[in-house]
Amino acid sequence: MKPVLKVVDLEVSYYTDAGRAKALDRVNLELNAGEKIGLVGESGSGKSTMALAMMRMIKPPGRIEHGQVIVDGNDLTSLSDEQMLKARLSQIAYIPQGAMNSLNPVTRIGAQMIDAIKAHSPNMPKDKMRARSLKALESVELKPEVFRMYAHELSGGMKQRVCIAIGILLEPKVIIADEPTSALDVVTQRQVMETINKVQAEIGAAVILIGHDMGLMAQSMDKVAVMYAGRLVEVSTVKEMFTAPKHPYSQALIRSLPKLDVRGVFQGIPGLAPSLLRLPSGCAFHPRCQEAMDKCKTLRPENQVLASGSRVTCHLYGEGA
Amino acid sequence: MNFRLLSKRLLFLLMVVWAASTITFFIPRISPKNPVRERFAELARTGGFSPEDLEVIVADYSQRFGLDKPLLQQYGDYMWGILRFDLGISLNKFPKTVMQLIYESLPWTIGLVFITTILSFILGNWLGALAAWPRSPDWLKNIATSFVLFQGVPPVLLGILLIFFIGFKLKLLPLGGAYSIGTVPDQSIGFFLDVLRHQLLPGIALVLGSVGGWVISMRGMGVTIQGEDYVTFAEHKGLGPRVIFRDYYLRNALLPQITGLALALGNLVTSAIVVEGIFALPGLGTMLNSAIRSNDFSVIYGIVLFITIGIATLMVIVEFLYPLLDPRIRHQ
Repeated sequence: MKPVLKVVDLEVSYYTDAGRAKALDRVNLELNAGEKIGLVGESGSGKSTMALAMMRMIKPPGRIEHGQVIVDGNDLTSLSDEQMLKARLSQIAYIPQGAMNSLNPVTRIGAQMIDAIKAHSPNMPKDKMRARSLKALESVELKPEVFRMYAHELSGGMKQRVCIAIGILLEPKVIIADEPTSALDVVTQRQVMETINKVQAEIGAAVILIGHDMGLMAQSMDKVAVMYAGRLVEVSTVKEMFTAPKHPYSQALIRSLPKLDVRGVFQGIPGLAPSLLRLPSGCAFHPRCQEAMDKCKTLRPENQVLASGSRVTCHLYGEGA
Repeated sequence: MNFRLLSKRLLFLLMVVWAASTITFFIPRISPKNPVRERFAELARTGGFSPEDLEVIVADYSQRFGLDKPLLQQYGDYMWGILRFDLGISLNKFPKTVMQLIYESLPWTIGLVFITTILSFILGNWLGALAAWPRSPDWLKNIATSFVLFQGVPPVLLGILLIFFIGFKLKLLPLGGAYSIGTVPDQSIGFFLDVLRHQLLPGIALVLGSVGGWVISMRGMGVTIQGEDYVTFAEHKGLGPRVIFRDYYLRNALLPQITGLALALGNLVTSAIVVEGIFALPGLGTMLNSAIRSNDFSVIYGIVLFITIGIATLMVIVEFLYPLLDPRIRHQ
């Protein structure tokens, strides 16, 4: 199967007064059509930067240093600004954390859907745009009346659904959902996730879900990717990740999850995430790693595919181990 | 727009009119000065009649103006007059009524001060919005923010500087007056252009003096709005910068500015007094100024009352405009 999304050696830096912060460091990722991957990591590990870089929405002082984002055979990084405007939403869509204020408070929901369609196909007749918007609202299980409503008339969950409806308007190949369920209660979270799964199945798009909630990932994703200090340290299937995580950071992450059957003190990961301005040499995780070896301090581990299908960036695995 | 809100606001407007007219009724009557005596004492000093006759004349005129009646009856007559848009008779320009005088001077003030207020609102907000827009060229941002400099110059000084350099030194525009000396006001294009030429300099003074304030406040709003999630999401939707600027950025940033406009309209007459004074223009400001100089109580309080009612009405109109712009306050 040909991958629908290929991220090759993507690197993003922010130029701050204190120096250059590498927010994304040679990230590689492949995603097949219809595949769902969860992107986890602590705050500042580069999850959102990765999403913004894929949309080419990194703003100064940030910059995409190099790398490619290939969606359906087209390299987005080589497009002109005009072409990139067209590619957003139609090729690759971004669903924001919509419960807060991702919708314009002074125009109707319908107008905000129509202007998105209009930006991509200006010559489409008005009633067709309307029909398409209503269809999108229907697939996220919202009433057609929402079309004529304003954002302040909707609940948090409904606003999030509207954001999803806008994301799928043009049936993109890849959908990036950036923490779509935070700031919602658990019942609504579940409904929103079910909605994402449903529309994803309808249009067959690949989904990247960014979040902290491991439980949510386990329930509805196919794969989980773990990020640490701007690097992708492990990509495994959900089952593999929760039963036999490979990277020591993933292992610590899974260990830190509370368990129902074992009472006890929560286990954290000792130490703090490193500053992106002064990354440790070699493997960025080595100062906190319980299994750190000498070469971890000097040599940066390469990406390798294990027999189980997991991709891991760690010296514990591969020929050298 | 619901009926309850409308009637509530109109009731409020009526209360303002009542309160303002009551205050303007009592203030001159508390004053120890008798306007009629002041007027005739001045005439007596220049000769014409003997001081003994003064008391007779004052008593006669007080009767004519109804000033000898009991206070409560005067108050009743006064309020009844206001209901019929009758603000009394000018003491100084005797046979003319206060309403007549207002009608004569109002068009000049509306033509200059009102229009320049609106103009600087539009210009200032446009420049402020562009100054905060990251895609604007640098020269435009610099022009926009340089208007802020004029905000610190007092309008009097600005007017005098403009008269001196543009009117007196360069002789580009007339020094003052509403139209050239010797012309007779009529409806012709020539007269209209002459008036426009005379209004240009005071217009520039007013716009320069107020545009900077709009620029700073709009720029501040603009920077805030750009950080909002809906602007970012609009970019994620692939919208062009033009649509984002108009529908997502400007529409939201403009909301608090509308309130500012209502407040600026309240300052209309204050700026009219200054600017009409410097440029020797007719208008409400000049009328008020000369009424104060000649102790013309009925004109002073007539104009004050008229302005109060006018501004209160404008405020109510703005309040009804607001829900049209911001759906969030439509249901309250």
